[in-house]
Formats: sequence, structure tokens, C-alpha cells
Amino acid sequence: MKFIIAIIQPHRLDNVREALLAIGVNGLTVTEVRGYGRQKGQKEIYRGAEYTIAFVPKLKIEIAVASERAEETINAIQSAARTGKVGDGKIFVLDLLQALRVRTGETDGDAL
Amino acid sequence: MASGDTAWILVSTVLVLMMTLPALGFFYAGLVQAKNVLSVLVQCVAIACLVSVLWFVCGYSLAFSGSGAWIGDAAAFFLKNVGRETVRAGTHLPESVFVMFQMTFAIITPALIIGAYVERIRYSAVLLFSGLWLLVVYVPVTHWIWGGGWLGQMGTMDYAGGLVVHLSAGISALIIAWRLGPRQHFPRINPPHAPWMVMVGAAMLWVGWFGFNAGSALNANGDAGMTMLATHMSAATATLVWMAIEWITFGKPSLVGAVTGTVAGLATVTPASGYVGPVGGVILGAAGSVVCYYAVHIVKRGLKTDDALDVLGVHGVGGTLGTLLLPFLVSLGAGGASLSRPVWDQFIVQLESAGAVGIWSAVATLVIVFVTARLTGLRVSKEDEIQGLDFSSHGETGYHINV
Repeated sequence: MKFIIAIIQPHRLDNVREALLAIGVNGLTVTEVRGYGRQKGQKEIYRGAEYTIAFVPKLKIEIAVASERAEETINAIQSAARTGKVGDGKIFVLDLLQALRVRTGETDGDAL
Repeated sequence: MASGDTAWILVSTVLVLMMTLPALGFFYAGLVQAKNVLSVLVQCVAIACLVSVLWFVCGYSLAFSGSGAWIGDAAAFFLKNVGRETVRAGTHLPESVFVMFQMTFAIITPALIIGAYVERIRYSAVLLFSGLWLLVVYVPVTHWIWGGGWLGQMGTMDYAGGLVVHLSAGISALIIAWRLGPRQHFPRINPPHAPWMVMVGAAMLWVGWFGFNAGSALNANGDAGMTMLATHMSAATATLVWMAIEWITFGKPSLVGAVTGTVAGLATVTPASGYVGPVGGVILGAAGSVVCYYAVHIVKRGLKTDDALDVLGVHGVGGTLGTLLLPFLVSLGAGGASLSRPVWDQFIVQLESAGAVGIWSAVATLVIVFVTARLTGLRVSKEDEIQGLDFSSHGETGYHINV
């Protein structure tokens, strides 16, 4: 199993969700996060004074999938989240050791 | 007593109190960081209540009773000579209504100074400073101009408080900001936490300002109507002009900028509002936005003083500008009043009055700040400032979002 963490632009969430639904990924967790990468924050101007916002708002998506489905899931996220500008985000993939459905106690592949 | 006049001043009183509670509170609270939002609001509430009691005890009497050149008398201490049938001299209003109307001006003036010291001042210092400032600066200056004192006798024209309210608060804001020192990391500060709240506050200030300016007619008649018209035209023009400046300078017109323009236009038209027509209002609004826009920059960059929410740059400069421009604008277009002396003579009177009010405000505030620093201390600790005044001074948190 793989655990996929994607940091994306907030306004691409609907796109990503639809793309994942289309390939049959039927569960994800979203968190509002803030951070910076190459985008290096953003500038805002109030009453003529420039303020640097060091941490830009992003969304973090977390998905657990069977190993053989990881590749298409990653591709779906990338194509749905991409705008082509700096700040589109990143995708990280980890090995997932264990999964358990709280209601039934099913584990691993059955729990996803 | 005239019931029509009385009705309008009762309404105006309500409008002007709303300018402090909650309009100015929203305007300022939206501009600070999220960790200080409640501290600004509680400062507004406390100042409103403290001033009310002081006004009743002695403030009203020292400002509006007696005919001394420098200060009123003690005849109306505790409002002991104000009955149900007492009429305020020179008006058709019950004195109780006049006391209340003027009280709301006394409330908002020290509250304006909050904008200078937010995010770092000790709460006990706010209370002590505001009480002393009301009695030592606001009360005498009000008496000089509106209570029959020496500036009024000299012929100073200040319809609704360009000098009494905005210049006095603006200069005093600069002095206390200077003595207090800047916030941590100034000028690299976090941006306003809730620009939408700034707009709500500014919009309510705009509406309240009709009571402030048109109420200052003390009549429900054509003077009040023309005052409201000039006031509104200034606010609308100033908003457009500030927006245009930002659009040209930065490529984007911002909400905070637009409503800052609104307030600059309203402050600028205040002293002139009852003397000019709508053309004068438009000119004052445009001039107010242009001049205040650059004044904000000069205070922040040039003087390097952390007048955090631009009390001097917006209120002080706007109020003074309107005071100085008004002699030239009264005869422009329809609707203006007339001057009792040549234009340039009146200008000199205006200039001298602004100088007198400015110097008194600066010197007296310096002394009050010194006394306050000795008795309560001015600043919270560095740790408390970083944590935010909401929790460190008041034990509360503005936003419980995640839990």
C-alpha cells in the first residue's frame, strides 16, 4: 500500500476530487495548510505599505491506495492540480505499513 | 424647545455613539492582527464608559458652562443644574440632549487615539491616559472653540470638529506612539487580519458621520441638510480618489485603501461641512485623499513612528486640511454659507487656531504620557506582546477555529 500526500493550490481541489472519483479512488482527507516552496510567499499591499506573506495558503490531500493503483492516482492528481505556474504544489509518496477500518476491524486492502 | 430640532439631535446622538460602539471598534479591530482583535474592542468599550462618567462629573461643565476664555466653570458639575425643562442657551434643545450629543463627541475623540497604540500598550495605561487626556486636552480645546472660549471669540470656524476632534486626536496619537515606541519587528508587521471588518466599520462610520456633521447644525433645517450633502459628496469622492491612486501606483485597487479614503474624506470635510456646498464637498474629498495618502507614508517612513493605524495621517491631517481649505471653498457653487471677514483673514484665523490646538495637544499629551508611564507603565512585556493582548491582557481569544 502507498500513502500519497499532495500539496495543491486551494482552487484546484474540485478538479482533483473529480479526477480521483473518475478513476475510482473513493476516499481522501483534506487539510488547510500554509507553507512556502519556490513561490516564496506572496506580497500584499495595505494603505500603500507592502507586506510579505511568508506562508501561502495551500491544501494538503492525503490518500491511501493499493500499491498497484499508486501510479494512476499520482497522475490523476498531477494533471488535475497543474496550472503551470510556480506554486502548483508537490506530491509525496510513502510506503504504508498498515490500515484498519474502525467500524469493522477490516485491515489493509479491505480497509481502503 | 423645538420638537423637530430635538428629534434630529436625539437621532444624531445615537448615530455618533454608534461611531465608537461599534464602528470605530470594527474599523480598528480589522486592521490589527488576529491575536489583538478583542483588545481593541474592549479599549473602545472602556473609553466610551469612562468618558461618559467623567463628562457627567465635570467634563461637560468645564467645556460648556461659563464664559471663561480658557476653561468653563463648575456650575454644571454632576449636571446639577440640568433639569427636564432646561434649555441649552443659543439652541432650541433640551440641555439634556445637548449634554448627550456632546458626550458622544467626547467619547470618540480619545477613542480615535487607540489607533496609535494598539498591539503593545498596557490596558491600565489606556484607561489612565484616556481619562487624563479627556480632561486636559479635549475639554479645554472644546471650550476654546465651541464653549465660548478664546478661539471661538477670535472667529475660528470648526463646524463639527476638524480641530477639536481630528487634529487634537491626530497630534496626540503621534506623541503617544513616539513615547511608546514601535511594535516588535516594525515596520515588518503582519497585515490586517480582517479587511472585511475594516469595511463594515468604515461604512458604519460613514452613516454615523451624518449625525456627527449634520447633527452639529443643532437644528433640523436646511443647514443640516446641506451639511449632510457636502459630507456625503466628500466621502464618495475621497473613496474614488484613494482607489484611483492605488490602482495607478500598484495596479490593484484594494478594499482597505478604498475605505481608508472614505474616512480621510469624512475627516477632511468635518470642519467645513456646515459652511460649504456639495462642490466644496467634492473638492475637500479629493484633496483629503491625495494629501492623507502621502501623509500616511511620511509618518510611517519619514518619521519612523509606529502610529499603527494612521491616526495622524488620516484624521489629524484630514481635519487640519479641511480647516485650512474651508475659507476658500465656502463661496464655490450653490449651497455655501458666507464668511464674516475676507478670505485670507479667515485663513489666518484658521491657521492660528490649528497651531494653538496642535501645540496644546502635543505638549499636554507629552506630560500626560509621562505621568501615565510613571503610574502604570506604558507597554506590556515583550512576551505578552508576542502572545497578543487578547490573551495576555484580557484572558480571551478572538477566534476558536479548530476546536
